Amino acid sequence: MGSSSVFTGFQFSDLGFLAEAAGRTLLISALAISIGTFLGCIFGWILSVTRVVGDATLGVVLDVFRSVPLIIQLILFYNFFPIIGFDLNPFAAGTVVLVFYTSALVAAVVRGGISATPSATRRAARSLGMTYWQDLRYIVWPIGLRAVLPSWAGVALGVLKDSALVSVLGYVELLRASQILITRTQEPFLILIIVGAFYFALSFPISRLTARLERTWQYD
Amino acid sequence: MIEVKGVRKSFGDLEVLKGIDLVVEKGEVISVIGASGSGKSTMLYCVNALESIDSGHIIVDGVDVHSRDTNVNRLRTNIGMVFQQWNSFPHLTTLENVALAPRIVLGKSKQEALEIARKQLEHVGLVDKLDVYPSRMSGGQQQRLAIARALAMEPNYMLFDEVTSALDPELVGEVLDTLRLLSDEGMSMIVVTHEIGFARDVSDRVAYFHEGKIEELGPPSQVLDNPESQQTRKFLANVR
Ligand SMILES: Nc1ncnc2c1ncn2[C@@H]1O[C@H](COP(=O)(O)OP(=O)(O)OP(=O)(O)O)[C@@H](O)[C@H]1O
Ligand SMILES: [Mg+2]
Repeated sequence: MGSSSVFTGFQFSDLGFLAEAAGRTLLISALAISIGTFLGCIFGWILSVTRVVGDATLGVVLDVFRSVPLIIQLILFYNFFPIIGFDLNPFAAGTVVLVFYTSALVAAVVRGGISATPSATRRAARSLGMTYWQDLRYIVWPIGLRAVLPSWAGVALGVLKDSALVSVLGYVELLRASQILITRTQEPFLILIIVGAFYFALSFPISRLTARLERTWQYD
Repeated sequence: MIEVKGVRKSFGDLEVLKGIDLVVEKGEVISVIGASGSGKSTMLYCVNALESIDSGHIIVDGVDVHSRDTNVNRLRTNIGMVFQQWNSFPHLTTLENVALAPRIVLGKSKQEALEIARKQLEHVGLVDKLDVYPSRMSGGQQQRLAIARALAMEPNYMLFDEVTSALDPELVGEVLDTLRLLSDEGMSMIVVTHEIGFARDVSDRVAYFHEGKIEELGPPSQVLDNPESQQTRKFLANVR
């Protein structure tokens, strides 16, 4: 093993390197989940009010984002942005693609959430003098939120993990950082355990928070 | 006063209301009977603008319901409506179900809204259920909740659309008793019902709907016991 000198074992400072990469995973995921959820709510609402017309237009676009593998979307868009005059760095391009990917997934969830309130219940709300928006805010939203929170959490956790794919653009997030370290240290077992722990730590708040909300919102 | 004048309404090719004329005086109770599909529910929906009309007018306390300038949300607070399905808001307790609209629609303070809600729930006999979620209550209790929720807006009129049809037989009585109570208190109401006995007891007048028209209109002693129309007679023979 004469070449062993180019490898150096895992050092304490590598932990800092991984933590920094975890920060990047957190940043890009947080952006994708928050903006994607916001847009997904709007898209889901549009789908639910426009029905057939919405399905034939926005619905198709969102289906593309949902069904084409994320890695293909990332590479296509990263190479496509410069053509239309946006020279985006890997982080920006990855964020944009992840945001739309997330919004497409959330839109489907939101649409389901909106349909959780029967139309008869909404009509009863309107018969009390509530406006369309009051019905949406005070009846449809809370009922829908309770109905689809677990699905939304599933989307959010999925996006957190899928954000690793942005590494194909050269963005050094958690997974990419682990690959770099594994190549250097040749200690895949240790590093993968550490990286797994980081992913778990990032996911934990989402799953705990939603589980807690579900418990406090039980009403039957 | 509710004035329904020459109202016509179609769904696509199907003309559901073929010129309805009906006046409900202050304090009057009008029962509406008629076969399924004769347009009873549709007329109620038109009265509080949950459905549009094709021609004619509906005037409630001087307000033209279907005029472009009418604020339907304000109008609806003056016309309470209770449906066949009780439509409780499942995520809110009984008290919150009733307090919600007074707070967000009438702009009452939270304290006032809760006070109104408590009063109306007492009114319909649900004062021991204030903090219960609707899913824990019987259909009859939820229907009384729906009545309290509508009353909390302090409407001048109440519309009831077959409010006992979806209830188990043993629960019908408690809801009809609540309607009787309102009638005794002088509430103006239109009650679509299949309960002929109840219609006879509480109504000032009974309207018999047949294929989108009012076939016969008059006091219960006439329409229910001595109908002039052949159609009315046939219908009553079938429901008895
Ligand atoms: N939104 C709608 N779109 C299309 N057709 C409708 C709609 N609402 C009602 N109809 C039709 O209009 C007719 C009258 O319906 P409506 O509900 O007013 O009857 P009803 O007298 O209340 O009957 P029931 O005793 O069954 O409640 C029916 O043939 C019904 O199918
Ligand atoms: Mg009906």
